[in-house]
Amino acid sequence: MSGIGIIASIIDGVLVGSVYGLAAMGLTLIWGVMDVINLTHGSIIVAGMFALYLLTSALGISPYVTLVPVLVGGFLIGLALYWVAVHRMIGQAPLMSLLSTFSVNLVLIGLGTALWGTVFYNVPVSLPGLTWQRYTFPGTHILAAALSAVIAACLYVFLYRTQLGKAIRAVAGNRQAAELVGIPTTRVLALAFGLGVALAGVSGMLIATLFPFTLLSGDAYQLKSFVVIVLGGLGNPAGALLGGIALGLLEGLVTPFIPVSWTLVIEFALFVVALIAFPGGVFALRRS
Amino acid sequence: MKLIALLAAVTAIAVTPAAFAADDTIIIGMTQSQTGSLNVDSVAQYRGIEMWRDEVNAAGGIAAGGKHYKVKFVSYDDQSQGGRVQQLYTRLIVQDKAEFLFAPYSSGLTATAAVISEQYGKVMIITGGAEEKTYTLGNKYLFQVITPAGHYLSGALEALHSKNPKARVAFVYSDDPFSKAVISAARDQAKEAGFDVVIDESYAPSTTDFGPIVNKIISARADALFGGGHYPDSATLARQIYDQKANLKWESLLVAPGDAKFATLGPAALGVSTGSQWELPVKFTPQFGPTGKEFAEKFKATYHIDADYHSASGYAGGMILQHAIEQAGSVDPEKVAAALNKTDVTIFFGHVKCATEPGDHGMQVAHQMVVAQWVEENGRLSRQVVWPRDAASAPLLYPIPSH
Repeated sequence: MSGIGIIASIIDGVLVGSVYGLAAMGLTLIWGVMDVINLTHGSIIVAGMFALYLLTSALGISPYVTLVPVLVGGFLIGLALYWVAVHRMIGQAPLMSLLSTFSVNLVLIGLGTALWGTVFYNVPVSLPGLTWQRYTFPGTHILAAALSAVIAACLYVFLYRTQLGKAIRAVAGNRQAAELVGIPTTRVLALAFGLGVALAGVSGMLIATLFPFTLLSGDAYQLKSFVVIVLGGLGNPAGALLGGIALGLLEGLVTPFIPVSWTLVIEFALFVVALIAFPGGVFALRRS
Repeated sequence: MKLIALLAAVTAIAVTPAAFAADDTIIIGMTQSQTGSLNVDSVAQYRGIEMWRDEVNAAGGIAAGGKHYKVKFVSYDDQSQGGRVQQLYTRLIVQDKAEFLFAPYSSGLTATAAVISEQYGKVMIITGGAEEKTYTLGNKYLFQVITPAGHYLSGALEALHSKNPKARVAFVYSDDPFSKAVISAARDQAKEAGFDVVIDESYAPSTTDFGPIVNKIISARADALFGGGHYPDSATLARQIYDQKANLKWESLLVAPGDAKFATLGPAALGVSTGSQWELPVKFTPQFGPTGKEFAEKFKATYHIDADYHSASGYAGGMILQHAIEQAGSVDPEKVAAALNKTDVTIFFGHVKCATEPGDHGMQVAHQMVVAQWVEENGRLSRQVVWPRDAASAPLLYPIPSH
């Protein structure tokens, strides 16, 4: 494959990787703040995809405008999920919250299958892209990557420059101490969970502008999110974005040189190596 | 005296079986993938089989040996998983006393079910398992109604050869038993036809982003692509090929283009072709049963969606089983199997005849696939038959318009 082809692959990998990073940000935030592994992550991503499809086809609104309703809706669903499935599991053995969110996931997927089946849906979004020699970077990829970066930046500003963000980081650092200085920790946890879910929903919405999807598409992205979190560091949203880009870069870099069937093998081999070398994540905020 | 006579008459009437009710029931067992990734095509297949059952029962049942048999289904959800298929087919045979079986949807699940059905010596009709290997392991009671995997892309390769015998061909396909069987045969055929195979790679079925693969296809300057796998991956591959302006002259992808929803891809669907087991425009003259048009109309009236080849395969499976029972004049499994071995008929679905030698028993040898392609008619996308020429309802679209 020519040099230009390899570079084109890497660039496209970085673009799509930014969206993987956004998808992982919500998961890492929840994990970092409350030590909960949110196994509804995949189905929330799918919910975001369906939201794009339903809002654009039923209401005819432009795809990218749905970002705001999906963010708000995702936040509200996250709050509900927190109170239903997570609140009582905080502070208990990690397995409890894992099982709890896993059960909710089964319910959601089961309901979805009964109502809609696993048909594929496509939202045809077309934007002028950039063409370089014979390779094209679709406009949708570029915009999705840009939006992911913007959202990541907003999250960073929120966490580091606002009171509420500082409260979340305080609770993440030491819940009891935060309680002692008067932070309403339960409300903060609920908000953080809602935010994590909102991010997952928005990433689903953006992914649906790029690829067709089915009810079961969330699984693959949930798996990628775990890999990204390990690469990026637990609890570090900026690290998640970088981790996602790293994963996308890897997929773009590896594919030109070896048969495509090896991509997943290499991805997960690197995952294992990263776990061994950096147990808390490559860019971890708190080293365990 | 009169009272006793009255009592005797009433008793005689009470114990005489009703003259026109069905004498008996046959139980047919199967699993469907009501959940999991195979859901869509499995449900489509089941609808075909179900419509057959409802018609047969409405007509009084299957007539064999002077009796009428109503058809009763026992079916379970296999969740698209081999492990469940194994448990459920055993249950269907041992507990539910199924006398005949329909196989699940997909080559992988069919292979698992075949192990169980052969173990218990039950006749199994296969309407959704194309991989040939299952039939080469030495079986006596498997009967395949659809064309085997190896032929899925042969029409498409012939069609390409008729337009561009020197085409540069890329094989990019899903790493699952069905797709690998299809491409294995297609690869041999491509080499024999003199095509230049520039890429030949499989991808993990869970792949979500085909961007790098599409760039690889572009780098190799391929003219034609054959591959894909099942549902979402074929659709995603088609979309990304369009988004990245690969401008391939020919694209044949497995399964997804055979579904009406493929049109939701919009311009990305134009020109994409697939091997199809049945399409409405192809007209066979059936020896019995409905014509293609009658089947399609009845299906649409019953389910309010268009029939695709999965539903047609299911319905055809029911018809073939019924025909064999009628010919055998009995529901005895050995007699029905013997009748199925002798079956050589043309129905709306096409010509159906199974191999009878031990080396490939049950494999379908007569049914032909057609190539269906998405073309534009009056500004709208529609799926038409383009190959073979004598069955075509629209001219072959080659090359796919570039953009």
